[in-house]
Amino acid sequence: MAQETERGGDVLPVQKEKKGREKKRRRRKKDCKTRTVRSNLLLPGPEADTPTKSSMASNQVKTTKYTALSFLPKNLFEQFHRLANVYFVFIALLNFVPALNAFQPELALAPVLFILAVTAIKDLWEDYSRFRSDEEINHMECLVYCRNEKKYMNRYWKEVQVGDFVQLRCNEIIPADILLLSSSDPDGLCHIETANLDGETNLKQRQVVRGFLELVSEFDPLKFTSVIECEEPNNDLSRFRGYIIHKNEGKAALYKDNLLLRGCTIRNTEEVAGIVIYAGHETKALLNNNGPRYKRSKLERQMNVDVLWCVLILIVTCLFSAIGHGLWVWQYGEKRKPVFDVPGPDGNYLSPVLAAAYLFLTMIIVLQVLIPISLYVSIEIVKICQVFFIHQDKDLYDEETDSHLQCRALNITEDLGQMQYIFSDKTGTLTENKMVFRRCTVSGIEYSHDANARRLAMYQEADSEEEDASPRGGPLSQRDSISSHQSIKVVHRNQCIKSHRRTGSRAEAKRASILSKHTAFSSPMEKDITPDPNLLEKVNECARYLEIIKNHERSLSQLTSELSDIFDFFIALTICNTVVVTSPNQPRQKVRVRFELKSPVKTIEDFIRRLTPSRLTSGSNSSSSSSLATNKSTNRVCSSVLSSTSTESTLLKLEEKLSNSAQTNNNGGYSSQQARKALENGSEEGELRYEAESPDEAALVYAARAYDCALVGRLSDQVSVELPHLGRLTFELLHTLGFDSIRKRMSVVVRHPLTDEIYVYTKGADSVIMDLLLPCSSDDPRGKHQKKIQSKTQNDLNHYAADGLRTLCIAKRILTKEEYACWLKSHLEAESSIENREELLFQSAIRIETNLHLLGATGVEDRLQDGVPETIANLRKAGLQIWVLTGDKQETAVNIAYACKLLSHDEEIITLNADSPETCAMLLEQHLHCIESKFSNNAVERVTEHAHVGFVPPYATSSSVHPNLGLVVDGRTLVYALDQTLEDKFLSLAKRCRSVLCCRSTPLQKSMVVKLVRDKLKTMTLAIVDMIQVADVGVGISGPEGMQALMASDFAVPRFRHLEKLLLVHGHWCYSRLANMVLYFFYKNAMLVALLFWYQFYCGFSGSSMIEQWNLIFFNVLFSSLPQLITGVLDKDVAAEVLISVPQLYKSGQNMEEYQPHMFWMTMIDALYQSLICFFVPYFTYYDSDVDIFTWGTPITTIALFTIILHLAIETKTWTWLHWSSCIFSILLFFIVALVYNASCPVCHPPSNPYWTIEKLMGEPMFYLTCLISPVVALLPRFLYKTLQGTLFPSPLQLGRQLNRLSPEIRNQVLNRLNTKKESVSPRHLYADSSLENPYSNTSNPLKTCKQNTPSEVSSYGNEPAHPPKTRIECTVGSNVTTTPYAAVLYEENRHSTVAGTQETSLGFHGVTHSTSEMEPTSVEETFQWISTADQSDFSLLKWITSTPLFNGLGRGVPLSPHSLQSVTQDNTDPFGCHSPCDQGITGLTGQDSAHFQENIKGTPADCSKSETFEMTFL
Amino acid sequence: MTNKSSKRTQQHPSRCPDNSAFKQQRLPASELELTAPAVLSSFFIIGLVCLAVGICLILTVLRVQEIQINYSDICSNCSKLRENASNWKTECHCTANFTLELSMEGDVLMYYGLQNFFQNHRRYVISRSNAQLLGKDVNIENSNCEPFTIYPNGTPMAPCGAIANSMFNDTIHLSYYPNSTTVIQVPLLKRGNSWWTDKNVKFFNPPSHNLSSAFAGSARPPYWEKPVYLLDEEDDENNGYKNDDFIIWMRVSAFATFKNLYRRLSRINEFADGLPAGNYSLHISYNFPVTKFRGKKQVVFSTVVWSGGRNFFLGIAYTISGAVILLAGFILMALHLKLRKK
Repeated sequence: MAQETERGGDVLPVQKEKKGREKKRRRRKKDCKTRTVRSNLLLPGPEADTPTKSSMASNQVKTTKYTALSFLPKNLFEQFHRLANVYFVFIALLNFVPALNAFQPELALAPVLFILAVTAIKDLWEDYSRFRSDEEINHMECLVYCRNEKKYMNRYWKEVQVGDFVQLRCNEIIPADILLLSSSDPDGLCHIETANLDGETNLKQRQVVRGFLELVSEFDPLKFTSVIECEEPNNDLSRFRGYIIHKNEGKAALYKDNLLLRGCTIRNTEEVAGIVIYAGHETKALLNNNGPRYKRSKLERQMNVDVLWCVLILIVTCLFSAIGHGLWVWQYGEKRKPVFDVPGPDGNYLSPVLAAAYLFLTMIIVLQVLIPISLYVSIEIVKICQVFFIHQDKDLYDEETDSHLQCRALNITEDLGQMQYIFSDKTGTLTENKMVFRRCTVSGIEYSHDANARRLAMYQEADSEEEDASPRGGPLSQRDSISSHQSIKVVHRNQCIKSHRRTGSRAEAKRASILSKHTAFSSPMEKDITPDPNLLEKVNECARYLEIIKNHERSLSQLTSELSDIFDFFIALTICNTVVVTSPNQPRQKVRVRFELKSPVKTIEDFIRRLTPSRLTSGSNSSSSSSLATNKSTNRVCSSVLSSTSTESTLLKLEEKLSNSAQTNNNGGYSSQQARKALENGSEEGELRYEAESPDEAALVYAARAYDCALVGRLSDQVSVELPHLGRLTFELLHTLGFDSIRKRMSVVVRHPLTDEIYVYTKGADSVIMDLLLPCSSDDPRGKHQKKIQSKTQNDLNHYAADGLRTLCIAKRILTKEEYACWLKSHLEAESSIENREELLFQSAIRIETNLHLLGATGVEDRLQDGVPETIANLRKAGLQIWVLTGDKQETAVNIAYACKLLSHDEEIITLNADSPETCAMLLEQHLHCIESKFSNNAVERVTEHAHVGFVPPYATSSSVHPNLGLVVDGRTLVYALDQTLEDKFLSLAKRCRSVLCCRSTPLQKSMVVKLVRDKLKTMTLAIVDMIQVADVGVGISGPEGMQALMASDFAVPRFRHLEKLLLVHGHWCYSRLANMVLYFFYKNAMLVALLFWYQFYCGFSGSSMIEQWNLIFFNVLFSSLPQLITGVLDKDVAAEVLISVPQLYKSGQNMEEYQPHMFWMTMIDALYQSLICFFVPYFTYYDSDVDIFTWGTPITTIALFTIILHLAIETKTWTWLHWSSCIFSILLFFIVALVYNASCPVCHPPSNPYWTIEKLMGEPMFYLTCLISPVVALLPRFLYKTLQGTLFPSPLQLGRQLNRLSPEIRNQVLNRLNTKKESVSPRHLYADSSLENPYSNTSNPLKTCKQNTPSEVSSYGNEPAHPPKTRIECTVGSNVTTTPYAAVLYEENRHSTVAGTQETSLGFHGVTHSTSEMEPTSVEETFQWISTADQSDFSLLKWITSTPLFNGLGRGVPLSPHSLQSVTQDNTDPFGCHSPCDQGITGLTGQDSAHFQENIKGTPADCSKSETFEMTFL
Repeated sequence: MTNKSSKRTQQHPSRCPDNSAFKQQRLPASELELTAPAVLSSFFIIGLVCLAVGICLILTVLRVQEIQINYSDICSNCSKLRENASNWKTECHCTANFTLELSMEGDVLMYYGLQNFFQNHRRYVISRSNAQLLGKDVNIENSNCEPFTIYPNGTPMAPCGAIANSMFNDTIHLSYYPNSTTVIQVPLLKRGNSWWTDKNVKFFNPPSHNLSSAFAGSARPPYWEKPVYLLDEEDDENNGYKNDDFIIWMRVSAFATFKNLYRRLSRINEFADGLPAGNYSLHISYNFPVTKFRGKKQVVFSTVVWSGGRNFFLGIAYTISGAVILLAGFILMALHLKLRKK
């Protein structure tokens, strides 16, 4: 086993040294690839391998890159890894070549050094913060066993060594990878929360190493003499192999279940201890943590292409100059050397070729600015500032968790503005992952739990008014519990407030915030369930009966079947789980006295012994005197008493019981009352806490408790339940068949204390349970009744799913002793088998979970997070395609999707459910065909529309998105669809859908989907929580349930709703700012370089520069950098409110509107033009004068600066004082530097000597005249273009900006109108909505409807996937409902008037009746609402305002008569006109619309006066 | 309850970001609101201003009188002679006659002009030692003067470098013929033509009691006929590095075709008002070879106004751009009106 060991692939960079050392070691011991760990407490024996020991990393974490000494060389080395820096240094070094006669070499180094220094300081700062957080982590404390003191002592984390024994308490963070040797849990279990590593919030179970579980006494580290052999450190979280060799030569294998991973949190377990196996950097968590990743954003990739273009341009210009110079030299010939051609130092003239070659290099130096040296560093600065502002945004702060957005990837902020696809998980992402019991159905009767629903609604309210502590939040007790909850949190926050200030990779410390909850899944909302009165009544009735039955020793069969079902239902809820009970004051005690007999049943003898009839133990009969002890410790006493009621003493108990029976009968009522009291006391003093592995379990147990069926104790072999009237019932737990995702159910096998029968309680997904039910004959009335119950339950389940509830079915089975014995035999065989034990256990579980009797079903709500529907709706409006990939069942997922507006009711839903690859292929084919034919119509329409308004879609890809399609795929179909042969089809279908929902998908599938979309569609993808690694941008949710997948995420937002502002506002801003800045950079440098290039034509291509070298070198760094940085950080092209309220503006980022490939060239051309002006105006002004080179060059520099800054001013959208001052500062700085520099030193800078130049110039009027006219002429075209474009063809962004300029009231009105307009669409679909009353029509098999309508096709789908018959029936009903007369008429028309293709069009879509004719008008209108309205403006903004319904009542066109308005409306609907089959319907609709618009007009006469303030504006 | 919570927040400041305008990116901002009136009026105003300045400039420049006499063609024999470098010792004189139709009023400046002389050649521009020209005793070997630094025998050149070496060394005298018989030497000033800062800050002779000893130990540049301390034997203040002609030459011109100020008219006697109309002749001692680089030499007489010499460009540029801006303004206004009507 150990030989299989392989080293982990990725090792932290900081580990390089270590790796080297390890390599050495490996060479030394080639054969040994395992790690041997011994206890450190043993005295070093002769065999102790000291070098091995020292080679193991200590637990000190050092993530800093540098030390004080190594900083400079190492940092420089790293910086030179960047190609750009190498280039710049190369250029700087070129200056030192004398033959090139470049700038003063020292001066040329200045900018490079400056930029290296800035980067170095940044790195130093980052390293320092890493150092600080390292220190913090290294100085966290944990308990380590100390040999001298013979007890656990507090030690710093960094002092922990491999081989140390560490004791951990509940909620502590694990300091290293520790082998679990002891646990306070009776079963040797320990729960850990690994959310920090893998983002899963479910608790994971870890087990004490076999062999230590059996230890009778408490684990004593001193006695640990075993040797552990395990694999070398690796980064595989899901694997750990090794074995432990005991002194007595016994060997036991170690699995990953034995290993506690560093960074996880101990949960639900009082105390554990273990030996450190891997420490520090060798822990799996750190090996997995590759630090902040460097992602390259799309914009940067695009920019790099353009930088390459710049390089090409540079080379071309240099070559051009070189050739020019060669020719120039050549023309004078060998003998006629002019005096101005200076010979080389040796007195010989250069040959033309050599001169050209030298000049090429000289020109590279002179024109180096074309490659923007400061671009990279500027971008970095801007991004850091952007990240700062995103961090600081109050709107992205979540008060509840006291967390705000965290950016972990610093360099992809602008990617947020370019997203096209969002992939999201559901649980914990869209929902809160707070499972709340909502309703249940028992024995075919539904209990709606209205009060409970009201209670939940109250929380919703309370949530929305967060800080509001006024008594409207709910009953007093609830508020108290909330506040107590908060106070716990605060205390914890206090404790770990320091560790909050982590940066980067140290997410483990962030775990501290999760400490704020003592127990997972136990917010008051989850705990306090209001029972349904009817059900409560029945439960009480049942309990009374039971009491009677018990007291009179009657059989349970006397209970009516309903009541017995109810009873069993709650028992199942209570015990069919792995929930453990603690009370905050008295944590789960460790049962020290263990019984020899282990449960579950281990042997046949044990089984036989156990099955000795015994009517056991209700709490009352076990020495009532002891239960009368202090109320405070009731629970404890009870459970300890219970724990003593073992099978061993059964006979004794039996006797005792018989003798006490009279007493018992008398005490019955009392004891139950007492129990109640105890319970109440418990809740006062610190109620019972249920610690569950998953939130669903906890929810159900809390639900049962609400019906007074409270779980009060769970030991390895028994479960105690507190019941009203009955008091405490103790079930003997024979087996627990744990949950697995294949069986999708779990079961417990118990012996019922009242009947002494063997019960199997099963809880699982309805789809599996329903198939496992005892087939009931329809002949006898009982069977009929059962069948009825089953169908009713199924019906209820469907309703639950429709409400978006998570459903679970509860069933039971009573085993006869023979059956049980028979099963037990095989089960024990399975348990004892060594090979494929899992498989056999699985089979065994399947054998017992059959012939079940259905008890009922529960609906658990996983509440949507606040604002999820709004966020999704807005993101969709922003043109983002949202895919939700969830593991939930299809119905639940679909309905959650409806609830969160992922799917909307006026959408057509394509459902893909296929049984085989062939069906899947066929389905895909058909749907594609459908859309194709439909879409071609649409396309024609759009083309006409565009032709009409002169609008060209700016992008091709998303125009193919059918606006009103949703796709639902289930996991099985997804497997087929992701197959290589089908993936293309699947994608082409999926990319036309606005939203895609994948249900029942595994994490692997999720990643595959994201990867597929990203790679095949070449789009920008954003993944939330699950699929982070594969997407372009990964977002984690650091919600209340902890930091999900935080470590791997690029951004972590507290709540899903924050995504809206993050993407729509910050993403957009970052993108538009950076895009503009990058373009501006290119422009600026090109402009400057072009000036120099033009001069070459007048100086014999000799590489002269008329711009003084200081000015040239510092122009970029000093004079023109600040304004663009300010603009890059602070410019807001559109205000945040507008971006949020008009999400469509986001599309500009998706389509790269701000920085398209051609814009680079446009910018270059503009730069060329401007440089021509800036060069030739001074040229002609000073032509034929006695001007000297720098006296002429200085005005050019000044003009260039003015032009560049004014250019920026034109590009800047909003001006704050920072903008103003930065621009003024830059210009002032230039003049001050020039004045000082030109006046300070007559001989300082040898080649050039601009002494007194600027002073002289500034005394001449010509200087000012030149400097005034040139920028004006240079910028006139751009300004004119901007003005005209803003007036005639305003982009949506410009319109948005316009919107913001309106006064707040008017803006609100406009926005309201915008929304009203949208709503006005919906009435048309009222009849469509009617079909949605039954949710199943949405998800109905598309082929079903197809069968109805096109009978000829039925045959081909004979082998279509089987659906549950009930669903099918409903489906038919559903589509009947849809056939309202109006729609039917339309449909008829549609069908008759079109070719066969139309029939296919209707095929497969839900609500066939209104598919073609109805959907398209809305679709076109909705998507183009923003744009098309703008287009119809007919080149006039004013017209736009007046003519569009959104703005009517605002513009000057208010007095339009209704008639004219109607004509406008008809214009609006013009595109639909091509839809010949449904012209009639359209006309009707148009009428409806216009009527609505008229209403609008009438409703807003007051606005007219305000509208007068409107002015036509240029943007 | 609220008290408690506020206390709590005091003790443990929440990590809620500051609600400052800067951090929330809500700094009071103004947009350049390009409303129609603002844009249109700015177009009209700028256009009109440009137009006015342009016309004003043109009118000013019209007052400038300028005459150019290209003498490298007139003195073609001398040009030929200078083509051969071995003839450098041979003197060559030549006379160019010209007639002023109108008198030149005011200050008259006399320039020499060179065509196709690439004084802005990169290696040429840097080939000088500012420190040496400042009179400092520097080791010019390390300067940019290479290869015009020292002679093979070790004597340093004073001044060093290609610029100094290639100094314009024609001597031009101007005679005025008020009538066919009389000849009047036109008085010309040779001092005060350079920038004041150049003469008084950048150029100094090495400290010594007399110039010849100051430059002892150094030799004239190879192309020079006489050492630097003999540049102007008549005027000690205009000799050595502080010679105005030298200083002006050292100020490297921006273009290959340029003119340098040579003399100024001394406004005395007949010439108090400038150069009267009549016949003139230039007496040129022709030393500077230009045929090698297909160059031309000329003498330029020009009067001066505040805007410089006779260059109409800026005036025209202003006028045209003013007109264009006005036109654009009108177009925009038309557009605006049309749209508004709609």
